[in-house]
Amino acid sequence: MTDPTSNPMSDPKDFIAGMDSNARKSPTRVVFVTRRTSAQVKVTDEDQVQTYPEVLFRAIVAIEALTIALVGVSLLFNAPLEGIADPLHTPNPAKAPWYFLGLQEMLHYFPPVVAGVLAPTLVVIALIVIPYFNINIEAEGLFLKDRRRRVLIFYLAAAALSVFLLAFDVYVALVPTLIIAGFMLLAVQSSPQSASAFRRYLAAKPLSFWIMTWFLFELAVLTAVGTFFRGPGWSWVLPWRS
Amino acid sequence: MAKTITNYFEELRRTRVWRSVFRSGTGSSTLHRALAVQQNVFLHLFSTKVRTRMLSFSTTWYLGTLTFGTFLILVGTGIPLMFYYHPSVPQAYADTKDLQFVVSSGLFLRNLHRWSAHAMVFLVFAHMFKVFYRGAYRPPREFNWVIGVILLLVTLLLSYTGYLLPWDQLAFWAITVGSNIASAVPVMGNKVHFLMLGGNVVNANALLRFYVLHCMILPLVALLFVAVHFWRIRKDGGLYAHQSEPRTVTAEAVPAAAKGGQFQ
Repeated sequence: MTDPTSNPMSDPKDFIAGMDSNARKSPTRVVFVTRRTSAQVKVTDEDQVQTYPEVLFRAIVAIEALTIALVGVSLLFNAPLEGIADPLHTPNPAKAPWYFLGLQEMLHYFPPVVAGVLAPTLVVIALIVIPYFNINIEAEGLFLKDRRRRVLIFYLAAAALSVFLLAFDVYVALVPTLIIAGFMLLAVQSSPQSASAFRRYLAAKPLSFWIMTWFLFELAVLTAVGTFFRGPGWSWVLPWRS
Repeated sequence: MAKTITNYFEELRRTRVWRSVFRSGTGSSTLHRALAVQQNVFLHLFSTKVRTRMLSFSTTWYLGTLTFGTFLILVGTGIPLMFYYHPSVPQAYADTKDLQFVVSSGLFLRNLHRWSAHAMVFLVFAHMFKVFYRGAYRPPREFNWVIGVILLLVTLLLSYTGYLLPWDQLAFWAITVGSNIASAVPVMGNKVHFLMLGGNVVNANALLRFYVLHCMILPLVALLFVAVHFWRIRKDGGLYAHQSEPRTVTAEAVPAAAKGGQFQ
């Protein structure tokens, strides 16, 4: 630094180039604005609030309301507690926790490796890959584009699934499938120009919506059936007749 | 002017002790409020500002917040429950009976823990479907969705391992039914089943394993992923707002003449 010739600033050429910085250690970004143009940033401003205190306050109130509700439930209803665990005395039916009763319902129809291992594994994989497929990201109505081919595929898929469920006597899963297929048929008949708002809504729904809604419906129906409508030997019972 | 609670709070924030604990400093300016979040190790997971629209109930139904709320209740009730519980056979059942009939508020603690656990499983599912129907899994939030799926599985495991701990008939047979599914795994089913239970049937070893997983391993795993889940909301541009994603900032060449030629 003491030698004036080693200072790049002293050399007018180096100064103009301005490229003496080590890009690996201190990258330098330079913007050139030419005489004829100006940089214009296009971004819409949106109303924002501070996280502290606004958002945190609302979160705390929400959690408090939930706590009050759960405390109320806990004061009114006791958690179940049966006799001590007895490996020699099997209750009939022996039920898993409620969130696994959909699975247990499927185990009634399919071999364990299918209903207990394959199906849940596929569901988890399907959930994980959702955001990585463009078909789930472009939210276009399923039957709005390439209509004839898609309607044909829908008919084939719905028929194949129904026949499969029928072959294994899985009426519990068949009914929700047929109901969703019915709504999809309505979507086929609808368009963004339909007179009814509901039909316009159906017409705008993409494939991912239909698959997820079918899954949600099956999950709810199977879990409810397993929880409330299954008795000794996994036979049909009515929950109000114990 | 009479002193309000806010005044007292501001005074408290100016004290030497408070200043030594919280780095953000005093004041209610936007800067200080931003610092209160950004300079706090827990709060810095969140962004300092949130779009006003995201606060309306209909947008998220607060399902993520409520799920975290159930988690807090479960930790808060779970620790006192641990004080009264031995994970051994048949002591576990006797302890649960004591909680019902002997321990002060033991019945309430256990009720709250159990109903909150059910609520958490339900809320996690509800949160997942709400996020899906909002389309909030779209890029750049793909990985936070994946973390969410992991948290769903961790929640189910937490609930499932807790199910065995009372050691009553309900617990024993629910776990027997569930663990038998593991035997159906091709090739190594029996090994998985044995590893899970520490034996060929649900016994004292299974109880100990489930206890350690339920009270130690799984809560820590959940906490870790929850932290990443929250942090990624900030990193991925805040909560997903339909049709108002932060647009790509585009530099547009505007002829200088059209702008009054201020660069001339």
